Amino acid sequence: MNNIPLAEEHRMLQIQILRHNPSALLCDSDKGSHLQTFEVEEALGMTLFIALNEIREEQDPSLQFDFVCRAGICGSCGMIINGRPGLACRTLTKDLPDVIVLAPLPGFELIGDLSVNTGKWMRGMSEHLETWVHNQELEEINIDVIEERMEPRLAEQIYELERCIECGCCIAACGTTQMREEFVGAAGLNQIARFRLDPRDKRSDADYYELIGNDAGVFGCMTLLGCEDMCPKNLPLATQIAFLRRRMAMTTG
Amino acid sequence: MQIIYTDVLVIGGGLAGQRAAIGAKRRGHDTIVLSLVPAKRSHSAAAQGGMQASLANCLGGAGDNEDIHFQDTVRGSDWGADQEVVRMFTHAAPKAIRELAAWGVPWSRVERGDHEITVDGEKQTISENEAAHGLITGRNFGGTQKWRACYVSDGTGHAMLYTMSNRAIAEGIPVHERMEAVALIHDEGRCSGAIVRNLMTGEILAYVAKATCIATGGFGRIYRASTNAIINEGMGAAIALETGRATLSNMEAVQFHPTGIFPSGILVTEGCRGDGGLLLDANGHRFMPDYEPKKKELASRDVVSRRMEQHIAAGQGVKSRFGEHLWLDIRLLGREHIDRNLREVKEICQYFLGIDPAKELIPVRPAQHYSMGGVRTNPNGESQGLRGLFAVGEAACWDIHGFNRLGGNSVAETVVAGMIVGESIADFCDSADGSINVSTALVEKFARKQTQQLANFTLASGTENAFDLTRQMQETMTSKVGIFRHGDQLQEAVNTLQNLLLRSRNINLRSATRGPNPELVAAYRLPRMLKLAQCVALGALQRTESRGAHYRDDYPQRNDLEWMQRTLAVWSEAKDELPTLSYEPLSIMRMELPPGWRGYGAKDYIEHPESALRRQEIDRIIATMPDADRHAHQAALMPFLDKLPPHLRPLNQRLSKF
Repeated sequence: MNNIPLAEEHRMLQIQILRHNPSALLCDSDKGSHLQTFEVEEALGMTLFIALNEIREEQDPSLQFDFVCRAGICGSCGMIINGRPGLACRTLTKDLPDVIVLAPLPGFELIGDLSVNTGKWMRGMSEHLETWVHNQELEEINIDVIEERMEPRLAEQIYELERCIECGCCIAACGTTQMREEFVGAAGLNQIARFRLDPRDKRSDADYYELIGNDAGVFGCMTLLGCEDMCPKNLPLATQIAFLRRRMAMTTG
Repeated sequence: MQIIYTDVLVIGGGLAGQRAAIGAKRRGHDTIVLSLVPAKRSHSAAAQGGMQASLANCLGGAGDNEDIHFQDTVRGSDWGADQEVVRMFTHAAPKAIRELAAWGVPWSRVERGDHEITVDGEKQTISENEAAHGLITGRNFGGTQKWRACYVSDGTGHAMLYTMSNRAIAEGIPVHERMEAVALIHDEGRCSGAIVRNLMTGEILAYVAKATCIATGGFGRIYRASTNAIINEGMGAAIALETGRATLSNMEAVQFHPTGIFPSGILVTEGCRGDGGLLLDANGHRFMPDYEPKKKELASRDVVSRRMEQHIAAGQGVKSRFGEHLWLDIRLLGREHIDRNLREVKEICQYFLGIDPAKELIPVRPAQHYSMGGVRTNPNGESQGLRGLFAVGEAACWDIHGFNRLGGNSVAETVVAGMIVGESIADFCDSADGSINVSTALVEKFARKQTQQLANFTLASGTENAFDLTRQMQETMTSKVGIFRHGDQLQEAVNTLQNLLLRSRNINLRSATRGPNPELVAAYRLPRMLKLAQCVALGALQRTESRGAHYRDDYPQRNDLEWMQRTLAVWSEAKDELPTLSYEPLSIMRMELPPGWRGYGAKDYIEHPESALRRQEIDRIIATMPDADRHAHQAALMPFLDKLPPHLRPLNQRLSKF
């Protein structure tokens, strides 16, 4: 039987946050971008969610960051934690050194401090790649009758790829996105892999080639594998991209 | 100030809001969705375990149909639900899930042949039928007679929300992200849009719409210990309340989920117990059968949560430095099952507790989970107090949950009600009532009021701290308006909240930024949350009985004689310190299932004489129809199909027969 550990000593954490408020010029004096250090006494079971809220409530009410579910499932709180992208809400401070450096995810529009506009990026990606089931018959589905069958194993395989939470960690970890703004990234390519696997989507490989058969798509990947290393959901991104690349290379666009 | 004109404004980008938006858009009405966060990050994504729909595909679901789903839901509600609406819901649920299946949700499927399952702590082998292979499967959930919770591993809400959001993108529905509605524009009982604050820039703008729909989810964050996402502050319900016209109902009906992980309150799904997990005390003893010999861990949530707290109060809890808790044991399900069907639970345990649930126990204690109450609506989703205003999902009190919601009925409600209310909104916009005659002067009046209020916060020389007052509200709600309630404590809570509301008018901001200012956000949300909290506390104080999740230890019985009533709350004047409560009777003589024992929980309740009369009448009606089928019986007792949009009326096909 396990127990909640009884920690006795509390470290004083130095949390350094990259501050910048792009809209500040409009309304307030702009301090420019700078690294600001906050001291927080560590507590048992403390996550970065808890630490950042404590800083905001007790030290600096203007600090911007994004949390929604605080349970590692909504993908809101991706940020650079000591140099690596990750979900802040489920990062325990006990796993980090005394000095913690936090910065916003690169590759996205900065809203302020640690808050970035992943939502806008992901919506753009969805519109561009048309991440929905394409089926002419969808307009006339009969919802009164027994549903179409699907092999149980296939449903699980689709869900495996569907688990992406669009947190943006793979984009921040990607070498290509640093060079090519229009690159759809592992998050986008994974969506194509997901719909390609789904028999309900009637698109052909030729259709997918139109979407990702270029340097902004699957041929832009340099196989640095940062996406898979940093994916908080452990999605098999590199395998999916490699597989898609082979399929697309065999497709005459 | 920018004014944006649209036919339909949906406030909230979760499952319910997006489904309603799709319905309205498909009928040819321009629709805009506002969302505090990117739509795919809405709290709908947090639903883990399943969506109830009586498909009857898997072995555990054999023989299931709308009738049984109806009975389970009404019993679960402790007879607080609107039974006609429950009928509409259970009839349309199979259609909603089949629509989502066509749109792309990868529902877990029935696999033919032998499977090992865990029942009552023992392994059993069942064999699924060949005929059901590849159809949508279901799992067992609390308070249900059948395995009816359809699921996608334990990421059901996530998969549903992504499919729904992608569908909305495909339909070309814009989602204006990081936008918060701060007031409804209304005049002479007619709503015509909302004043909205851009959370990125602080800018105030107006959306003028023929129809406005609140879909902002629950208000769990008025409590300290909650499974809810931090955005669940009930702002949609609050701005409806602040119109002084729209009513909120059954706000005291607040659900506590048995298995929030301790102490953070993060949810682990009811599917853990549905799949065979057990609750243990400090001695490793499985205590639920002592209290609930029949349903054990799978009684309804209100009952299990109370039994857990009762057991802790009896000294059987596990002591830790954060307080006491109990254990959830899913070790017996085995690693393979956990990896396949409870993988989000596994991740949560791993990241937040540092444990492996296949080998170790999970510390749990009940935490606030769901708001049964909300904006009171008609069966078509329109507010009863304000024309042109609709509400859907957890933000609404459409009223299928009464005083306790069954697990798996929340995501089901979002998509079913979304289908129905989307049509109602379109009907309304198409009708003569849909036209609006709104002057920019009216819009500007409402906008000015908000701008002024915000300016007051940044200019005022107050002394109060918004974060501190919020914490005090949350502590008050958790300690005094929780699972066990008592008149004295409720009165104290009402007094404290009243005081906090006064103090909230005297807030001092340390940062005067009018742009993206988190402290300002906390300051303007606080009085609205306090008003909701007061509706909960006062409603709980005045309801001198125990029903579903509302439990008064000074009035421990359900009292059908006096309390077959739905609580209605309005906030008549801005200067009021308390809501005005009134009551709407529930007519037993029109019920298909008159009040009785739920089949779990307390057996003693104060019966209403009409319950026996209605039962006799039902027996008599059924006796006159010896050759009729279940549909004819149902129609004779409580017809409801006419309340559904015509395309949702046909019967649902199943493997066995209609």
